[in-house]
Amino acid sequence: MLFTSYPFIAFIAILLFAYYLVPRRVQAPLLLLASCAFYAFSGWENLFFIAFTVLTVWAGGVLLEKNLIRQKERLAAGELSPEEKKAIREGEKKKRKRLLAAVLLLNLAVLATVKYLGFFLESVNGVFGTAFGTPSDWIVPMGISFYTFQSIGYLVDVYRGTVPAQRNLWKLALFVSFFPQLVQGPISRYGDLSKTLFDPHPFRFGVLRRGLLRVLWGYFKKMVIADRLAVAVIAMTGGKDRGGFALALLFLYTIQLYADFTGGIDITIGLAEALGVTVAENFRRPYCAVSLKDYWRRWHISMCSWFRDYLFYPVSTSRLMRSLTKGAKKAFGDKAGRKVPLYLSSLIVWGTTGLWHGANWNFVMWGLANWAVLMISQECEGLYAAFHKRFPKTEGFGWRVFAVGRTFLLVAAMNLFDCYTTLGGTFGAFFSIFDPAAWAGFEPAGLLSLGLSGADFILTGICVVLMFGISLMGAKGDVRDRLARKPFALRLVLVVLLLFVVLIFGAYGRGYDAGQFIYNRF
Amino acid sequence: MKRTKTILRIVCALLLFAGAFLLIQRLLTPKYVDGIVEGAFVAEYYREKKDHDVIFIGDCEVYENFSPAVLWRDYGINSYIRGSAEQYIFQSYYLLEDTFRYEKPDVVVFNVQSLQFGEAQSEAYNRMTLEGMRWSPAKVESILASMTEGEHFIEYLFPLLRYHDRWSSLEKTDFQYLFQTRTVTHNGYYMRVDVKPVESLPAVKPRGDYSFSDRAWSYLDKIVSLCQKEGVELLLIKAPSVYPHWYDQWDEQVKTYAEKKGVRYINMLEHTEEIGLDYTADTYDAGLHMNLSGAEKCAAWLGRILAEDYHLADRRGEEALAAEWDEKRAAYEAEIQEQKEKYGMA
Repeated sequence: MLFTSYPFIAFIAILLFAYYLVPRRVQAPLLLLASCAFYAFSGWENLFFIAFTVLTVWAGGVLLEKNLIRQKERLAAGELSPEEKKAIREGEKKKRKRLLAAVLLLNLAVLATVKYLGFFLESVNGVFGTAFGTPSDWIVPMGISFYTFQSIGYLVDVYRGTVPAQRNLWKLALFVSFFPQLVQGPISRYGDLSKTLFDPHPFRFGVLRRGLLRVLWGYFKKMVIADRLAVAVIAMTGGKDRGGFALALLFLYTIQLYADFTGGIDITIGLAEALGVTVAENFRRPYCAVSLKDYWRRWHISMCSWFRDYLFYPVSTSRLMRSLTKGAKKAFGDKAGRKVPLYLSSLIVWGTTGLWHGANWNFVMWGLANWAVLMISQECEGLYAAFHKRFPKTEGFGWRVFAVGRTFLLVAAMNLFDCYTTLGGTFGAFFSIFDPAAWAGFEPAGLLSLGLSGADFILTGICVVLMFGISLMGAKGDVRDRLARKPFALRLVLVVLLLFVVLIFGAYGRGYDAGQFIYNRF
Repeated sequence: MKRTKTILRIVCALLLFAGAFLLIQRLLTPKYVDGIVEGAFVAEYYREKKDHDVIFIGDCEVYENFSPAVLWRDYGINSYIRGSAEQYIFQSYYLLEDTFRYEKPDVVVFNVQSLQFGEAQSEAYNRMTLEGMRWSPAKVESILASMTEGEHFIEYLFPLLRYHDRWSSLEKTDFQYLFQTRTVTHNGYYMRVDVKPVESLPAVKPRGDYSFSDRAWSYLDKIVSLCQKEGVELLLIKAPSVYPHWYDQWDEQVKTYAEKKGVRYINMLEHTEEIGLDYTADTYDAGLHMNLSGAEKCAAWLGRILAEDYHLADRRGEEALAAEWDEKRAAYEAEIQEQKEKYGMA
């Protein structure tokens, strides 16, 4: 059930009505039921996959907590020497570690099988000339990467003792399957989401209105901008992708991706808000970033922080990494040796991030490209500092605009990996931008052959300016709060206007097939 | 107090939204008054005084091949054509149901050409027939029976959702006919006076299977039953056209069916000479449809059957109706002149 489909709108209308009509203690079960129904729309058999994750993670969490309690009881029972206490702690920790590893492996194995087995076998066949059959007809269960990572985050948090285990199976099931974020995240933390997810929520018109306004804004971004640009992007990646078209693709896809993903997250957060649930923000004006490092602090925040907390830190502080560092220090000296864990851990994180986005070499290359740029930037930090010291005026607004533009171009160039399924396709399009022969005969008017009319481009341009303008206004405080302080008549006109902009200019219905969210693929 | 204020604000918002929605929907929905006018035919019926002796039901082979003005002029028969482009048999059935909500004619003439389609073939044709219908259970069922893959009921309920992307192709007529419309047919008859003679015909392609679908038959059954239930005579016809080809095998099936059901069936293709049709002069598109001359000949020929065999009274003596037809005849003649000038035939 697509967010942009009529059944989904009907589903939401019915749910919101029922949600505030039923007794408050039934609200959370109703949300779980709605989440299951939503998920079943993507294929009822997918329910088995998510149920498996729920059951294993729930049992894992409960057992981990029981183990902690047992450890406390053992430590409290009788007088124990420090050595005995240490032995108990270590013994129980080892058990918890094994348990955690077992549950994580089980879930990662499911994810790896349904999402990566085909890619793995194809790669093996390619390298070794073997002929393993690849499960090409497998359909990856919707949102499996998102809910698996969210569940892993919860379990690791329980293991670390930062959150209590959820003993109520249905509550944990709701946490894992909460439908607004099933499609494309964000990857919520249990500690954050559980604060409001299970609570009863009395009907408050202001809360509903506020949430739905954000949903509407999300639909504006998704349907008016992203899905309209998708028509041109699909035409370009379908063959018109050389020279000027490649350059246009680079820009248009980057804007489409932003509108699509942030629009989807606006719908998610807005819906949750309308239900009284707070979901953490996932973006902070990413295209205002002055460097790639800055960009990754602003884009898909929940994913980046997940990789930081649950992969980068454990890997960089692991025993293996410590011994590697020791060896590297001996071989290359203290300064260079100290960088080994950072480089290696980052490499693992970015390789995994690439793979998380999709099971093909394009995404792996995309991840590695990010890693390379980040590492080079890190190494050049000294140079940058010296440059700014020598030219202090470069810290001003002009320099910032340059830095923002440079980062945008860099991100846009790397986004080309996302447009294609093969490295050849990506590099072919990218290098054609610098090939004068590929530009031969290109005229800007040629963009009108991409399925969008001049009026479409003008409309999209205006809407893109509006989208980024509102986003910039958000830096000075919540735009909805500011709007709420305006007179009722003005607010009403603005909201009705936005609604009609979506209804009239939205790229939906016959002739538009670009309804699926880009991040839904991941 | 605060609650009242909130409710008042919600009501204001809903009213503003509903008003703007209806206005914009009206603006963006095609008006069908220029160019493709077929989408206007079905709705025009509701502006009529509903007191017809004969109702024609079917596709282009009825709305282009029979002139109700001639039926009136020659026989005093008050008739109306409820047809639109490629009107499918299930749509004809529901249009008949819809017609019976307003009136009970003496005779219903149904053209069997549409038996060849068991399923709707095109959304555009669906829209042209269905959008003009007034809302009723018949319309709902007709939509449900007609929708092709990718069509949504809600887009019939709120056509704005279907036509929203016309924003970039709005024409002068969309504004001109925002609150009004003009009649484009003459009692459902779509007039063309120009001539494009039949010069050559494409070879008749043999078919692997000549049987009509069960669904098409079931709707013909429904039409027969409905007319019986309402006490209305049903006349099945195959209107004249030389292309697309009407196969003998199809004709046989309809004949057998008609005999079995006790319904009269006339294949007008078998009476071309008697009707006086001349395919070098009576068609405007090389044999697909009749022009004015052909439509008048067909109406004159069929009118005699309707008057004699179905004993339809000559109503030319009814003052009010005659006055109404005088106006219609004037409009009819005016358009003939207008079209003759347009096609350089004056």
